[in-house]
Formats: sequence, structure tokens, C-alpha cells
Amino acid sequence: MAEQIYRVNMTNLTTSTEPVPDKWMGLGGRGLTSTIVADEVVPTCHPLGSKNKLVVAPGLLSGTVAANSGRLSVGAKSPLTGTIKEANAGGTAAQMLAKLGCKALIIEGLPKNDIWYTLQISKDGVTIQEEKELIGKGNFAVVAGIGKRTSAKHGVMTIGPAGEMKMLSANISIKDPDSHLRSSGRGGLGAVMGSKKVKCIIIEPTDAKVEIVDQEKFKEANRTFTKALVDNPISQALGTYGTNVLVNIINESGALPTKNFTGGQFDGHEEISGETMHDIIVEREGKPRHNCHKGCVIQCSQIYNDKDKKYKTSGFEYESIWAMGADCCVDNLDHIAEADHLMDDIGIDSIETSVAMGVAMEGGLLAFGDGEGICRILREDVGKGTPLGRIIGCGAGSVGRAFGVTRVPVVKNQAIPAYDPRAIKGMGITYATSTQGADHTMGYTIATNILGVGGSVDPLSQEGQVELSRNLQIATAAIDSTGMCLFIAFAALDDATCLPALVDMINARFGADLTAEDVTNLGISILKTERAFNEAAGFTSKDDRLPEFFYEEPIAPHNVVWDIPDEELDKFWNF
Amino acid sequence: MNRNEISVTVKLFAFFRENRFKQQEQTFPATITVREIVQRQGIDPEEVGVTMINSRHCTLDQTPVQGDQLAIFPVIGGG
Repeated sequence: MAEQIYRVNMTNLTTSTEPVPDKWMGLGGRGLTSTIVADEVVPTCHPLGSKNKLVVAPGLLSGTVAANSGRLSVGAKSPLTGTIKEANAGGTAAQMLAKLGCKALIIEGLPKNDIWYTLQISKDGVTIQEEKELIGKGNFAVVAGIGKRTSAKHGVMTIGPAGEMKMLSANISIKDPDSHLRSSGRGGLGAVMGSKKVKCIIIEPTDAKVEIVDQEKFKEANRTFTKALVDNPISQALGTYGTNVLVNIINESGALPTKNFTGGQFDGHEEISGETMHDIIVEREGKPRHNCHKGCVIQCSQIYNDKDKKYKTSGFEYESIWAMGADCCVDNLDHIAEADHLMDDIGIDSIETSVAMGVAMEGGLLAFGDGEGICRILREDVGKGTPLGRIIGCGAGSVGRAFGVTRVPVVKNQAIPAYDPRAIKGMGITYATSTQGADHTMGYTIATNILGVGGSVDPLSQEGQVELSRNLQIATAAIDSTGMCLFIAFAALDDATCLPALVDMINARFGADLTAEDVTNLGISILKTERAFNEAAGFTSKDDRLPEFFYEEPIAPHNVVWDIPDEELDKFWNF
Repeated sequence: MNRNEISVTVKLFAFFRENRFKQQEQTFPATITVREIVQRQGIDPEEVGVTMINSRHCTLDQTPVQGDQLAIFPVIGGG
């Protein structure tokens, strides 16, 4: 099916399909969302006003049988950071959109009236319908409601109450194969969707297939690629312990931010670790291994059941568990699971919101360690939109300002996740220089700083960190454009067959002749496009800095501060 | 324990814990290397991803000293 751009104008409630312009032809995923945002969004616009656009794009390989190719990119100008933003997630939507021939969905404008809408996407394009039944509902009820209205096979992208209330940490949830949720979590993209009065996007199932120019070459490359992923020992550990296997190793390295970033090790680390989580899941007859999209061979997700062996949460990630756990000093995995479930249902970023709770605890709202208190505030304040709930729902920076707390771990107003930059300096470079605020997935130096993947760079040294972060940020921008899960990077960094096979698949899909260097150049051009947007929005290198307290407060056990000179940070962009 | 011996706290993680332990204080000859300690746990050094002494990365050839904490991880990742 020929690919098209689907466009929705929410001001005059019209839709259209357009041929893909030549300049967007070779792009997908983040490369496409960032290019469209840069081409069409006024950089200085209000992110929740009529000039911002929400752009959804499957990756270059989404919809094919390529292993791990089901990631969906969502982009806009972020209301949380004011920068360009792309957040990607699994679920079924990327593969379904690609099969329908939707290269990108662009939602623009704002409705004049206070009426909510649902978008329906099919092979014929998009239709807009008024939505009443699902307004005010949590994400799980929305997915169930759409399932009844249409079928269990329909794809769903939805916002919860947080998105409806335009909270700056609101996310967009994407239905997974089991009707649970994956989230385009960071940067408040759910608030952008809410500003446009779109409660959910329903995607019609199809038997259509994505066109592949050279089937044989594609199959062979996918075999090689899949083998590289399956054989990689990190993939195997991810399938057993999930990403939460990191709690213990980051704690051991002294970089597990604890009690709102005042320590680097958490006494309760064993209680919230991947090892403990695995045992609980097995004991309660959950699933340690679970895929967020069809074709994933790593299966880092899981089904975590409550004490009565009933479903509680899935996609229970290290960063969320760290944030609600060590950062808020909660050592009870069931309280963290309950909070994770509530945040999924409310539709709010579990990193931003949990770090905001840590700041609020320092501000005296709750005692550190009060997991039940966190769940109560999520349910009664954030979910219902009380004034307190709105302050928390607008993120860690918002809480810091409201409570007079100065130890606020954010860059460009986005919460710093799970790895202390003082004790893992490569991550500090990524947090500071990322085009999207603090985000570990932008350039995951943990691989080389801690895990010994792709070589080794001492996490406490100043040497080599800028180059490490730069190389990873470039590679990540390229991977984020393919529709591939970022976890293919572990195989790509250490297995020489992996990356060439990925390039071969892209070439076979499009009849192209790209080299590995072309893919690197794609990553470079995406970063430069994003940077240019941010500069036009008013950001300068002075914004590429960590908060003051990292320079002044040493963190135990290594008793180190953030000591990378600003001039070094500014060299990041010398490419 | 005599002066030719050292006591080291050995910590194991992920599937290295299966049929072993989380944390144990063990006595070794003072000249022992990290590799030899790994082998004494019945772990193939080829399966080791990361080792740390007192929260700092170390090589398999390093020699711990009295009172050190040695953490042994298989090849793992996440993020």
C-alpha cells in the first residue's frame, strides 16, 4: 500500500490524506516526527496552543516482520521542556499504522468549542467523531470501552484524566497485544493531545502488508539480525529480570539516586530489585517475560500480579521502580506496583511524577518511604485534578517551585532519571546536552560506563564522556527512526553482524543502497534538526547545564560532585 | 584466619545467585585474584559481565585486600 501522510485539522474538523513529500520519504519514527515538527511548528509557539502539532509516525521497518520493529514515535513541541520532543513506545499501533500505509499522522489546530473527539484511522484515511462516553475515564476503561465498541483487535492510543487536564507530565498510552498499556511517557505529549481535545485514536485492523522491494534479501537479513538479538546474553537477562535487573548494579556502583538525590545507595535495594521482582512474579503466577509488541524476541516486559494473583501492572520498568522506590525511599514493591498501575491509568509519566513526589517529600508533603501516601495522592489528587494534584502532575520543577525546594533534579524542566550524573558522568553529559531535557534513553552511556558494553569508560573520570555520549546520541537518533526498540543497541554495540543486518533490512524494504555511514549521518542530521528547533525557540548552551546542587553537594559513597567543566559540555555540539 | 589469608565479602547477582547465595563472607589466600574467587564460586569467568571491588569496577586480574567487598555480575543490561 502506498504510504501517505494523514492530516487532521482540529480547528475546522477536517481531515485529508496527502502524498509523502520527497524530503520526508527516507524518514521514519523520530527522524520523521522531528523533521515535521521542525518544518511545520513555530518554535516559539505555546505548546498547548493552536500552533503546536502532534505528530505520530511508525518507524522505517514498522509493520514488517523484522524482529523488535514495533516502536511508535510521537512528537511535538513539549509543554514540559519547551523543546522539541519525541517519545516512543511499543504496543500494536506502530505496526497497524504502517500496514494501513500511514507514514505519519499530523494533528493540528484546536477546536473552538469544549467538545471532545475520537479519531478513527482506516485505510481510507481519518474520520473525526464526537466523544462523550469515555471522557473523564482512565486509560484501562478507555481501552475496554473501545474494545466493546469495535473489537479487541483494534489499535488504541489514548490519554487519561491527566492528558484531559493538560498536566505537563501527561503521557499517551498505546494498547499492547494483551490490551494493557505502553506509554509514550516523557515530556507531556498527552497534554498536547488533550489540548486538541482528542481523547483517543482508534486504528482499524487490516490484512494489508507493508511493501518490501526485495523479499529474499529482507528475510535473510532478518534471520541474521534476530540471531544477533537472541544470542546476546543481555537479551536473555532482560527476559528473566526485566530492566529492573539494574537496581542492584546501579546501587553497587554508588549511582542509585536516593532520597531525592541526597545519596547514591538505597538500604532497601534488595526489596525492589529485579531479582526479588522475578521471584514475586513466579510465586504469584505472573509472567516474568512478556512482549510489548508482536515480533519482540527480547521480551523485557512482564506481568506483575498482586497478592491475590490478579493482574496489577506490566512494563514495570527500572526507572519507574527506582523513582518511586529509592528516590522516595519506598522499599515495598507492591506499593510501587500500585503506584505504577495508577499512573498508567491516570496517564502520567511514571518517571516525572515519581521524581516530583521525591521533591514533594523533601518539601514536607509526605514522609520519605510512605508508599501508601503516594498512592493516595495519586488517586485522590493527581487523578482528580485537585490543586495539589495539578502541581504534582506538572512535574518535579513545578513541585520545587510550589514548595520552595531547591534540590530539584531536572534539566530543561524534565526530571533526571535513575542514574546519578555525579557518579556516572557520561549520563550527566547526556542529560545536559540532550535536545529533549534529561532523558537516559537519548544516549545511554550506562552501557559503557557501567555494563562494559561497547568498551569501557570509567564512570567517575572526566575523560572520554563527551565523545561517548555524542556517539550514543547520534546512534540512538538513527535507531529511533527505524521503529526498532533501543535494546537492539546492546547487540549492535558488541556483535559485528547486527548493525549491517539492520541496514540490509532497510535497503531490502525500500530498494535503497544505504551504508552504515549513511545511517550515522541520519542520526547527525536528526540531532542538528532538533537542536536548530530549540535554538529558534530560545534555548542556548546555557540551558545545557545540570542543576546547581550537583556541582556543590557530594554524593556518597564516592563523595563526588559534578565536575565536568562547562566548556567541555559545550564541545558536545562540535560535529 | 592467619596473616596470609584475607576475608572478603562476596556478593552475587541475577542468575549467579541460583543455588548459591546473595552475600557471603569468605576467606582466601592473600594472593588470590578476582578470577580465582569467581572460579571458586563455580562460575565460569567467561560468563562474568562486571566485577566491582568496593563499588569500583575492577579487572579479573586484580587482587582484593582484607575487608574488601567484591560484587560479581553476569552480563546484564536494561535502561
